[in-house]
Amino acid sequence: MNTIETAVMDQDSTVNGAVPETADHKKELGTDFETVGNVRVANPRMATTGVNVYYGEKHAIKNVSLDIGKNEVISMIGPSGCGKSTYLRCLNRMNDTIDICKVNGEIKLDGQDIYDKKLDVVPLRARVGMVFQKPNPFPKSIYDNIAYGPRIHGLAANRSELDEIVETSLRKAGLWDEVKDRMDQPGTGLSGGQQQRLCIARTIAVSPEVILMDEPCSALDPIATAKIEELIDELRENFTIAIVTHSMQQAARVSQRTAYFHLGNLVEVGDTTQIFTNPSHKLTEDYITGRFG
Amino acid sequence: MTNEEIQAKKTRVNEQVQSSLKKRYAAEARFKAIGLGAIVLGLLFVSILFIDIVSKGYSAFVQTHVQLEVHFDPAVIDPSGNRDMQEIARADYRKLVRAPLRAHFPEVTSRRDKRQLYTLLSSGASYQLQQMVMENPELIGKTEKVWVIADDEIDMLVKGHVDRDSLSADRRISDQMIAWVDALDEKGLVETQFNTGFFSNGDSREPELAGIGGAVSGSFFTLVVTLLLSFPIGVAAAIYLEEFAPQNKLTDIIEVNINNLAAVPSIVFGLLGLAMFINFFGLPRSAPLVGGLVLTLMTLPTIIIASRAALKSVPPSIREAALGVGASKMQTVTHHVLPLAMPGMLTGSIIGMAQALGESAPLLMIGMVAFIVDIPQGPFDPSTVLPVQVYLWADSPERAFVERTSAAIMVLLAFLITMNTLAVVLRRRFERRW
Repeated sequence: MNTIETAVMDQDSTVNGAVPETADHKKELGTDFETVGNVRVANPRMATTGVNVYYGEKHAIKNVSLDIGKNEVISMIGPSGCGKSTYLRCLNRMNDTIDICKVNGEIKLDGQDIYDKKLDVVPLRARVGMVFQKPNPFPKSIYDNIAYGPRIHGLAANRSELDEIVETSLRKAGLWDEVKDRMDQPGTGLSGGQQQRLCIARTIAVSPEVILMDEPCSALDPIATAKIEELIDELRENFTIAIVTHSMQQAARVSQRTAYFHLGNLVEVGDTTQIFTNPSHKLTEDYITGRFG
Repeated sequence: MTNEEIQAKKTRVNEQVQSSLKKRYAAEARFKAIGLGAIVLGLLFVSILFIDIVSKGYSAFVQTHVQLEVHFDPAVIDPSGNRDMQEIARADYRKLVRAPLRAHFPEVTSRRDKRQLYTLLSSGASYQLQQMVMENPELIGKTEKVWVIADDEIDMLVKGHVDRDSLSADRRISDQMIAWVDALDEKGLVETQFNTGFFSNGDSREPELAGIGGAVSGSFFTLVVTLLLSFPIGVAAAIYLEEFAPQNKLTDIIEVNINNLAAVPSIVFGLLGLAMFINFFGLPRSAPLVGGLVLTLMTLPTIIIASRAALKSVPPSIREAALGVGASKMQTVTHHVLPLAMPGMLTGSIIGMAQALGESAPLLMIGMVAFIVDIPQGPFDPSTVLPVQVYLWADSPERAFVERTSAAIMVLLAFLITMNTLAVVLRRRFERRW
């Protein structure tokens, strides 16, 4: 009975012209899997070693080691549920807000362990900023959106300094010309793409060293996406950027290095061109050629 | 299958769909009719309630007065002539009221008839004159036309609540008295005036003197105590449970119990208040302070549940955004989450307050049902509250208390409707979209 069904299914999928998903893609690689490619770089901004993340019983990230170099854009790709966002959220301890989430391993920012008990998470998040999937401006004015971070950290001594921070942040995010005449209007009134650039400007305003971006363009149209990608390229001069993306084209366009995640494992890391033209691991190849995902 | 067969099948399917469509639309129409019927029925009951209350109660806002030409006789008020205020206060003002009344009806001579004649006026009439003299002693020796309060039975007669054709034995007012009132009325000396006393007086055994002033003031102090305690405690508890508390068994148990507390009969809170605040802590009986404490216990679950719902409705992306730029948890809550949740919290609190305002059962347990004439000046004075006042008057046999009961209900409803409207306006006004 079972054999017949399988046979029928096989026949069907052949008819539809799809490549059948082999068991390989669903098989977990295990904790002792060694990442293909060079995970280390010279002079890293952030260095992670043996990171494991558990959501209750679920082992979401398995023994991941990866360096993020200075002033580089590193993209993290992989099928849904592979743990790339979870890994990203470890880098500024955003996972702390989830009660059942347990992180172990070593994550260093400029040589300092960020999971050190003595380390204060508030300044850490000012140093490692984050841009989220859905644009999430505060329901306040455009000005207040940008000024909020500098205000709580006391980065500006007076109003004119604050004005300057707001202007430079908006300029860097390429939003200044579009919003300079309506700074007192609510940030939520902007278009989706503008909102996302506002969120990037808000992150820049506290002068972080690293910016984490969790699928920043997934809610945007192609033109807004192109603008954000352009912006990411410009921001590389001053910041280190780690970006999670579903779009392989985007990863290819914006990043210098690419990391491929699969079911909690970091399968392969390498130069973006190498990963997309000449992947070493079979899973990476299958994913980028669109055999599953 | 030939073309005809396919065609035939198509028509058949079409017909089936058509016939089932009819049924489906019929079901929809039936459902709509039932829903509409329910709403009409509900509105009908509400309007019957309102019409009943208003038609019974509106006449309580006016009060029958009788005009008398009062001679402020110095021999009665100030026999010693040295203008001693204490002596003036103690004078027998009934004589001043009775003299002009007798002058109107010189034919009344027997003791019995005179006594009956005097009952045309309220016992409050003499207090009214005393008040006038105390405020303005220069009146002594003069003669003034004064509108004094009529007795409640006369009030009922003038307002048309007494059936003149019924047997004399069936009413509380005799034919003789009706004749006197008519005689006064013919001279234009009987008039209904706006009943200010109803709003400013405390409770009284005499319906024409009874007012909701004491009850409103008691309700006010009780609600102030309730608001001052339940809003901060409720909001703080909600914030802690929603934003800071770890997700564990203990939190779950607390959460379940708060939800259960909202369903506890309010009289149980009254018993708890009696045992705790009065018997154990020794706080005064019948005081708005204790009433406020008891109502705080009762409204806390409502406020906590509403506040938690308001906090939950703030999207987590706002919290992430704030945490992402390095705000501490406290800053995230106070700068971003709380302002967005405030309208919901305020709405919940106002509705909780409205509930507390309409509550009577727990207050009966702590002695706020006592007959209290004085208007409370603070949360420690014995007092009663509006719904309890309604309960007390509804229990009184006098015909005049019926309209006062309804009038008090109208005032209570006016407060409740105002509070609920305020809640709606606040929610509309401060609701922010993101």
